[in-house]
This record gives sequence, C-alpha cells and structure tokens, in this order.
Amino acid sequence: MEGGGPVTGTMSETMTQASGDVAQMNMIQAINSALDVMMGRDPDVVVMGEDVGYFGGVFRATAGLQQKYGKNRVFDTPITECGIIGVAVGMGAYGLRPVPEIQFADYIYPALDQLVSEAARLRYRSAGEFISPMTVRSPFGGGIFGGQTHSQSPEGIFTHVSGVKTVIPSTPYDAKGLLIAAIEDNDPVIFFEPKRIYNGPFDGHYDTPARSWAGHEAAQVPKGYYRVPLGEARVARAGGALTVLCYGTMVHVVENTVAEMGVDAEILDLRTLVPLDIEAIERSVKKTGRCLIVHEATRTSGFGAELSAQVQERCFYHLEAPIERVTGFDTPYPHSLEWAYFPGPVRIREAINKIMKD
Amino acid sequence: MSDRIDSDAGRQEAGRNLPPLRLHVPEPKFRPGDTADFSDFDIPPAGAQARPDEVAQPGEMRDLAYGLVRVLDEAGVAVGPWDPKLPAETLLRMLRAMALTRAFDARMFRAQRQGKTSFYMKSTGEEAVSIGAAAALASDDMCFPSYRQQGILIARGWPIVDMMNQIYSNKGDRLKGRQLPIMYSAREAGFFSISGNLTTQYPQAVGWAMASAARGDTRIAATWCGEGSTAEGDFHSACTFASVYRAPVIMNVVNNQWAISSFSGFAGAEATTFAARAIGYGIAGLRVDGNDALAVYAATRWAADRARANAGPTLIEHFTYRVEGHSTSDDPSAYRSADEASHWPLGDPIARLKKHCIALGIWDEERHAAMDKELAEMVHDAAREAEKNGILGHGLHHPMESMFEDVFEEMPWHLKEQQQKMLEEWKAAGL
Repeated sequence: MEGGGPVTGTMSETMTQASGDVAQMNMIQAINSALDVMMGRDPDVVVMGEDVGYFGGVFRATAGLQQKYGKNRVFDTPITECGIIGVAVGMGAYGLRPVPEIQFADYIYPALDQLVSEAARLRYRSAGEFISPMTVRSPFGGGIFGGQTHSQSPEGIFTHVSGVKTVIPSTPYDAKGLLIAAIEDNDPVIFFEPKRIYNGPFDGHYDTPARSWAGHEAAQVPKGYYRVPLGEARVARAGGALTVLCYGTMVHVVENTVAEMGVDAEILDLRTLVPLDIEAIERSVKKTGRCLIVHEATRTSGFGAELSAQVQERCFYHLEAPIERVTGFDTPYPHSLEWAYFPGPVRIREAINKIMKD
Repeated sequence: MSDRIDSDAGRQEAGRNLPPLRLHVPEPKFRPGDTADFSDFDIPPAGAQARPDEVAQPGEMRDLAYGLVRVLDEAGVAVGPWDPKLPAETLLRMLRAMALTRAFDARMFRAQRQGKTSFYMKSTGEEAVSIGAAAALASDDMCFPSYRQQGILIARGWPIVDMMNQIYSNKGDRLKGRQLPIMYSAREAGFFSISGNLTTQYPQAVGWAMASAARGDTRIAATWCGEGSTAEGDFHSACTFASVYRAPVIMNVVNNQWAISSFSGFAGAEATTFAARAIGYGIAGLRVDGNDALAVYAATRWAADRARANAGPTLIEHFTYRVEGHSTSDDPSAYRSADEASHWPLGDPIARLKKHCIALGIWDEERHAAMDKELAEMVHDAAREAEKNGILGHGLHHPMESMFEDVFEEMPWHLKEQQQKMLEEWKAAGL
C-alpha cells in the first residue's frame, strides 16, 4: 500500500506476478489450486476440517489433496469447531502452518474463543514467542436458500477483533492469490469464501439462469504460484459519479446494477477488510464525492458502519450527499424470504438514486 | 382421538399422580464454621494399585480411573508397583524445587499485598503436581499449563528473576507488561503462553502433539487444567481429538477440590471421578494422589512412555487440595471451612517427600531447615533484583508505544495511526 499508485481493476497488472500456464477455473478450483500450490511449496502447510480429507470437502475445495499429500497433511476432523481451531493453534505453536476449514461460517461460533482469545492474541500476549499462522477458510454468505444456518456473513465479528486479518475474495483469480498470501502470512487470517459465487458470478437476479465463470476474465487463473497482497482493494469498475464500497458476492451484484442503471460508478472491491485499503477508499470518495456501502451482513455494527465512519472522518468536506448503506436486515437470515433479505438490485438502485439526487 | 403415542396420552382421563420433580444443586460438605471431617474418604493404602503395562488397552485398566495411585505410605516409605525407584539426587532435586516454589509463592503473595503488583496465585499444597510431572517429562517435551503450574518453570530451572519481572510487569518483563501476573510464557523452557481463559490450552496441546506425531518427532505434549474447567467444551473437544488421533499427549486434571468458591461437585465430582472421563473417550485414565510426588512422577512417566510408544494419550487426575485462596482476589474463609487444609487426609506434599528422604537416610531436619532459609534468601534477593526493573504502577514499564507492537507481525496503518495519535495527545497534554 505504501507509496503505491491506484490499484486498478484489470488483472493484467497483477498477472505480471504470475508464473506458468493459465487455466479456466471457478472459485472452488482456484481455491483448490491455491491449497495445492502451497502444500507443494511448504511442507508445513496442513489442511484439516470436517469432510475435507478422503471426500474432499462438501464444496470440493480440498478434492484430491489427501491423495496427493497424504493423511498426515490433509485429514478429516471430529465435528467440534472449538477443537479444530484449538488444535490448529497448537499445530501453529509447533511450527506448522494450518489451514483449517470451517464447513460453513455459520458454524464458526463454537470456535470463537479459540480464535478471539487464543489465535488472535497469541503473538501479543507472548510478545512474539508464539505465533498462530493459520488461515481459517470458511464459505459464507447467502443466496443459496441455506436458511439461517447456512447463509450468514459474520465478518464484522472478526473485523472487531484485534490481531486477526479478514479477507474476502470476489473472483477465482483473487481467491487463489489472496489465499496464497493468507497462508504465507504469519498472522491468523479469516478467509471467507462467498459461496454464492463459487460456480459463477451472480448479478443479483435470482430468477434468471445461473451463470458460470466461463468466459469471465477473472476466471483465467495461473496454474502456478502468485500472490494478491493482503490489504489492497481492487477497482472493479473505474468511474466518477459515486464510489461503491463492497466485497464478495456483492461486487458482482453492484457491477450489474450499475451497468443496468448506466451510472458511472467507481466500484471498489475491498478484498481485505482488515487491514483495510484506506488509501484506495479515500482517493475514490474524494474524487466522486458520494459513497454507497453494500454488504450482505446485518446492518447494526456491521462492517459498513466502520466504513461509513472512516469515510466521514477522512472525506467529510468532499461529500456531496450522505453516505448510504445497503445491507442485510437486522433479522436472522430467512429461508423463503431470502430475496427480500438479500441486498439485491432493487435496493441498490434505490440507494444510488437517492445518493445521486442530492 | 389423535394418533399420538406419548406415554401420557391418557393423562386427562386418569389424572396425574406423580411426585414433583426436584432439581439437585450440589452443596459441599463443609461451610465456614463447620469442622472438616474427611474420614469417609475412600483412600486406598499406598502400593495397593496395580501397575499395567504402558501399552495396555484402556479397556483393561478402567479400575485405575476410580482408584488412587499412591507410592508414599504413612511412614514415608515408597511401596508398591508404582514406586519409580528414583535416585537420591532426583528426590532431593524434586524436594528443593517444591520448597523453592513454596518460597517463591510466599514472597510474591506478600509482594502483591505490599502493592507491588496487581495479582498473584499460589500453588500451596499442589507443588507435587507440577514438579513430579516436570521431573518425569523430558526437558524438551512441550507443556501447556494452566495458571497454577509455576512449579514446572522452577523445576526446569527457569530464572525466578524473569518470572518476577513478569509478575511486576516491569521493563524487564519479556512479555512487555501485557499479561496479568503469573501468565508466563517461556518458549525456551517448553512452556506455552498461559491464557487465563480456561482449558483453551487443552486442544492446543493435543494439536501440538498431533503435529509432533505427524512429523515423526519424539517429543510429546502435556497439559493441565483444574477440575472445575473440565466442564468447558474445550476439554471434551481435546479428549475427542486426542482419542481419535491417538495423540502423544498427557492431559492432567488438577482436582484441588475448589474452583474459586465452587466445590468439585459443580464439575460432576458427586457422580464420578475426573479420571473416569477418560473411559468414555477410550483413553487411559489414571487417578493419582496429587500430594505424593512419587505417585505423580510415576504416573507421568507411565503416560509419557505410553505416548512415546505410540500407544496414545493419558488423562491423569491429580487428587489434591488448594490450600490457599484461588488468588489474591479471593477470600476462601467466606465459603469453606477454615480447617479443611489441616484436615486434608493426603497431607502436605513437601512434608511427605521430606519424610521419605529422611527415612531413606539421605536428608535430615537440619538440612531441610537450612535449605528453607537459603531459598527464602534466594527469592528475597531475586525480588530485590527484579524490583530494580520496577514494580507495577511505578512508571518503570515498557514504553507506551510498545502497546501497539506484536498485534500483527507488521504494524498495519490503522495501528500506526492510533499509536501516533496517542503519542500526540499525551504530548499536547504536556505528559
């Protein structure tokens, strides 16, 4: 971030870091590839979690890894998230680099004490004697008719915790590069994978046929090693009329809504929530003077509240309209009313119209 | 009629004539003012417990989870199959480490009362649990302690001035004043950072042991928690993981009867033993006289040999008594009988080991008195040395900006910004 120019949305710039052949991948394949690359490069990397071993994960993210790297490095675990993360802390203290999977972000709560009080604070409380270099992968977010226990977006719980980084990709290319950077990071990283877009980008129109990643520029993924650095936002669309701050699935919903409206919005895909790319945000909002924040998580004390405060503190005199938030409602994630809850095109359009009116 | 099949389908017709349900809330036997009487304790004689082979199947040794492994008898003689037959030198080293731990505790407790630090926790009466175990483990086995195992650091020869610097949170504190006193971390001593959140160290120890096994290492892990915190989910997660992967780990439950003011009944002691928790997990369980340093040594050595033979984990319950309050913030006279400690039927661990050494003819009262005096002077001198680095609240702490270090490996912009702002605010205030 320091001294860097604008991080542009085109992949071609970051692609220059990449090596080897490129293949068409969906997000699951990209994540699988990242794990494969890192397990091949670093014998300390171990993958663990419910159903991740022989079966290869309920979403297939770890398919083939046990066969390739053996049971000592890829193994199924008992169904205790507290145990999974606690064991990963101990393995990290030994010197390994665990990549535990929590099968759904909705199941992460039994592991909170081990994440919040242990992994996140171990470096601090031991003044660096012990570290917890784990990357916790977990599918999150809704839009799959998962009901209240397979749809949540708990990122705000983790951004509130000191000592843990929170990363959310929105494309196969970023998913692989960010996951590699997360695994290489010596601090604990929560890596939330937007499962609605595992198999294809989602434009927010739930009643139209699902699209695959085929043909999408960001689905052209190098087979080898590359990093997308943590803490750097991506300009998903350059524009001058307003700035939209979003991440994960919502990047695609916003992109499509903006295109439908014909608004010259600048869309920032934050990619990392902590540490946040504040320079990219400040630069964009000061340029456009208007700011919309979109996330799927519940509204009150959501990460959007932090974004809104940061923008207000840094860009107040550049703002030409109040900051707007489009978020999930402060209710549990409903099943039948999923599309009323989901911050889709209707609500985003309303918010943009309101911001642009002032 | 509907198709319901529950047993009270005819209730309305027949009326209901059942006794009212009762909630059982455990109550300890003795409260303040009561005379403690432990005569109904079932304490098997020393030497009575069989000693299975280290690689025995857990199902073949279930009795051990309900018995009590004891080596030292009333006369101070080591008897039975668990007698570790330690050389005189080891016995005297253990005795010294236990006495040093007690002297250290006395000094640091007083320091807290003198206002030199915020908090302290003594391990009085439980010294054998830490020191017997430390003596039986290899020096590079990894310990994941709870907050009352200072004896491990002392037994491993860790400098007591360093421990005191941590207690005083002074500028000599390697942990930069970030942790509550006694929450040590000593990587070089194989001593994991103490949390304060209970039993979180249990799955961590299992994870460390699993890593060691996955790597084909020879080192094992050991962990400790109190009987009260066996109720935590972490304990059960750890037991499941340890069982599933046959992790080379020793899981110690220090049953000192009291979790602050809650007696062991609130963790299930009225119904069964803590060692018996092992049975449901299919792992080896041993129940040990925790005030018998030789029994603790023998059980730990058995479990360590078992782990090193890839025969799996062991859960050891150390049956002991917390002689002092939970911490300097606690007053046990408010909730338990004052004479429990003096009536405790398993005696004092230091007095028992001392008696054994004297009975062996390798020790005497004069040498013991001289050692106690020497150790008291040693901790006194160490405390003075540590106090040169400052005591809590008297300004000799790590610099303010250090608060922001070690949150992450590299300080991100938002912490740098907060750090800068804090320093500017203090400067502007003329401080």
